[in-house]
Amino acid sequence: MIEARALSKRFQDKKRGEIRAVDNVTFTCQPGKIYGLLGANGAGKTTTLRMLATILEPTDGTAIVCGHDVVDQPEKVRANVGFLSTATALYPRLSAQEMVEYFGRLNGLDETTLKKRVDDIFNRLDMNGFRDRRCDKLSTGMKQKTSIARTLVHHPPVMIFDEPTNGLDIMTARTITSFIRECRDNGKTVIFSTHIMSEVEKLCDTIGIIHDGKLLTEGTLGQLRDKHAEHDLEEIFVKVVGPLHSNSEA
Amino acid sequence: MNFHNIACVYRKELTEWLRDRRTLISTVLIPLLLFPIMMVGFSSLAVIMIGKAEKEVPKIMVLGGEDSPKVVEKLRSLDNLEIVPSTDDWKQKISEKEIRAAVEIPKNFQASLERNEPETVQIYFYEGELKSSFGANRVEKFFKDYRENVIKDRLSARNIPGAILNPFDVKQENVAPPEKVSGAAMGGLLGYMVILLSMTGAMYPAIDLTAGEKERGTMETILSSPISRMDLVLGKFLLVLSASLSTAILSLISMGVSFALLGKSGAMSAKDAAVMQLHIGLPTVFAVFLMALPLAVLFAAVLLTIALFAKSYKEAQSYLTPMTFVVVIPAVASLMPGVELTSKLALVPILNTSLVCKEIVAGTYHWHSIGIIFSSTCVYAAAALFIAVKMFQRESVLFRS
Repeated sequence: MIEARALSKRFQDKKRGEIRAVDNVTFTCQPGKIYGLLGANGAGKTTTLRMLATILEPTDGTAIVCGHDVVDQPEKVRANVGFLSTATALYPRLSAQEMVEYFGRLNGLDETTLKKRVDDIFNRLDMNGFRDRRCDKLSTGMKQKTSIARTLVHHPPVMIFDEPTNGLDIMTARTITSFIRECRDNGKTVIFSTHIMSEVEKLCDTIGIIHDGKLLTEGTLGQLRDKHAEHDLEEIFVKVVGPLHSNSEA
Repeated sequence: MNFHNIACVYRKELTEWLRDRRTLISTVLIPLLLFPIMMVGFSSLAVIMIGKAEKEVPKIMVLGGEDSPKVVEKLRSLDNLEIVPSTDDWKQKISEKEIRAAVEIPKNFQASLERNEPETVQIYFYEGELKSSFGANRVEKFFKDYRENVIKDRLSARNIPGAILNPFDVKQENVAPPEKVSGAAMGGLLGYMVILLSMTGAMYPAIDLTAGEKERGTMETILSSPISRMDLVLGKFLLVLSASLSTAILSLISMGVSFALLGKSGAMSAKDAAVMQLHIGLPTVFAVFLMALPLAVLFAAVLLTIALFAKSYKEAQSYLTPMTFVVVIPAVASLMPGVELTSKLALVPILNTSLVCKEIVAGTYHWHSIGIIFSSTCVYAAAALFIAVKMFQRESVLFRS
C-alpha cells in the first residue's frame, strides 16, 4: 500500500526562483489496484513518483510505502518497490541476464534464490533467446522486457511506473500495459503516471488528476464522470485543468 | 556501510569497464606502449640518425689559404672531410645544406705562425643541424691537433719539455652508489610519472561512472535500487581507484622494461646506461606506491566529484581536462633543480608526494617528512572522499538539468 501524506517538493531555480513541483499531495493506493496519475507535461507526476521511489526526498510531508516512511527508511522502501520509467535505462555493456542478476544481488537475494528467480522471469517473459546478449544490442522490446525483469526480480509488492509507454511503439507499449495488469492481478499495489487518456481508461481503478503540482481531483472513472458531469475522460481532464491551465499560461 | 553491496557495485563496474574498448586503450594499451615507443623507438631513431650523420663525409669549403698551402694540403689529405672549391655564395650553400661547413684561413696564416703571431681560424656552420655540427667539429679537431703540433715544435725548438704545459691533472670521480645517481637523474621522473598516470588513469572511468551514467539514463535505474548512496559511491570510487593504480603499475612495468631494453640496445654509452638504469628493488617500488596510494585516492575522489557535477560526458571532459594542469604543474615543479623537500612543502599535495618519491628512489628516507606527507595526503583524500559521498546525496547534483 502507498499513502502519500501532504507530499511536497520545492526546487530552487536561479531564474524563476522557488518552484513548487509538488504541492501538498495526498492520496492512497491499495494493493490489487492500479492508481493512475494523470497530468500534462510538467504537472508534477514524475517528481511525485520519484519521491515515492525515494529517488528524491520530499521538502514537506511524507509517504508510507509498505509500512515504511520514505523520509526515514528510504532503503527499506526501495527494497519493496519496483520502479520503471523510460528514463530508467539499462547498462549497455552488461547482458540482459547480468543486468537482472545485478539488481537481484543489490536487493539482497542469495545466489540460489537469484538463479531460480532469474530462470522463472526469463521463462515467463520469453527472454531466453537474448539472455546473454549485451543490452546495447537489444531491440526496444527486448530492452523493455529486461527492464521489467529488473523491476520484478526481488518480488516487490509495490510497482511504480512513470510514463512507462512514452515513446514506445504499439506492440512494446502493449507488453508494458499487460504487465501492469498482471501486477495488479497478482495483488501488487500499482501506481503509474501518464498523459495518455486511453491508457488510464483501460487500466486504472482510481484516477488522480494532477496539475501545477496539485492533486485537483481523484476517484474511480465512474466517480469522476458523476462529479464533473462528463463522460469522456479527456473532457473531464480539460474541465478540471482548463481554467488553471489558462491562468498558468497567462 | 554494506560491504556486500559495495563489492557488488565494484564487480559490476569492473565487468563493464573491462568490456569497454576505450577503457582498455586508455588504461592498458597506452601505458604499456607509451614508454617502449617513446624510449626504445626514439632512441633507436636517434642512434640511426646519428650513425648516418657520422658516416657521412662532410663537404667543407676552405676560404682563403692560398698563401698557406701546407695547412690546406693537410686538410685535403684527411679521409673524413671532402674539400670543395671555394665560391662566394658559401653562406647560402651552408644554409641550403650543399656543404656542411666552411673554414676561413687568415691571410698569411703560415707566415704568421712562423713569426709567433696570434691568428684566428674561423669555422662557419649551421647551428642545430647535426651533420653541419659534425663537419665543423672535425675541422675544429683538425686545427686543434695542428695547434698542438705547432706548440710541440716551438717547445722542442727551445729545448723545453712538453710536460711544462701540464703541471698536474684534475679529475672528477663519482662516489655515490649507482642507485643514488640514477635516483637523482630519474627519481623525479618516476614520481612524476606515477602521479600523472594515476591521475590520467582515473579520469576516464570517473567520467564514465558518473556523467556517463547520467547521459545513458542508468543513474535513475541504480538510484531506484535499495543500495545506499554511500555504498554506491564507494563501489564506484574503488573502481576508479583500481583503474588509476593499474594504469600507474602498468606504466611502471613498461617504463622498467623500456629502460632495461634501452640499456641493452647499445643506444647509449655504458656510463649513461648505468645512470639511466633504475636500480629499484621491490621495497622501493612498494614504498613509492605506498606514498602514491593516498594521492590516487585523492584523485579518484576529486575526479568522481567533479565528473558527477557534469550533465554529460562532454561537459565532464571539459571540467576535467584543466585538472591535468593542476596536477602537472606541482609535479613538474618537483623536477626543477633546487626544489627540496621542506616542512612547508610537505603539506602541498602532489608536490610533496613527487618530492618524496624522488628521495625514496634515490635511497633517502626522511621518516619525519614521509610521515607528514603520508598523513596529510590521507587527510586530503579522506576529505575528498567525504565530499564525493555528500555530492552523491545531493539531488541538485544528481538531477542537474
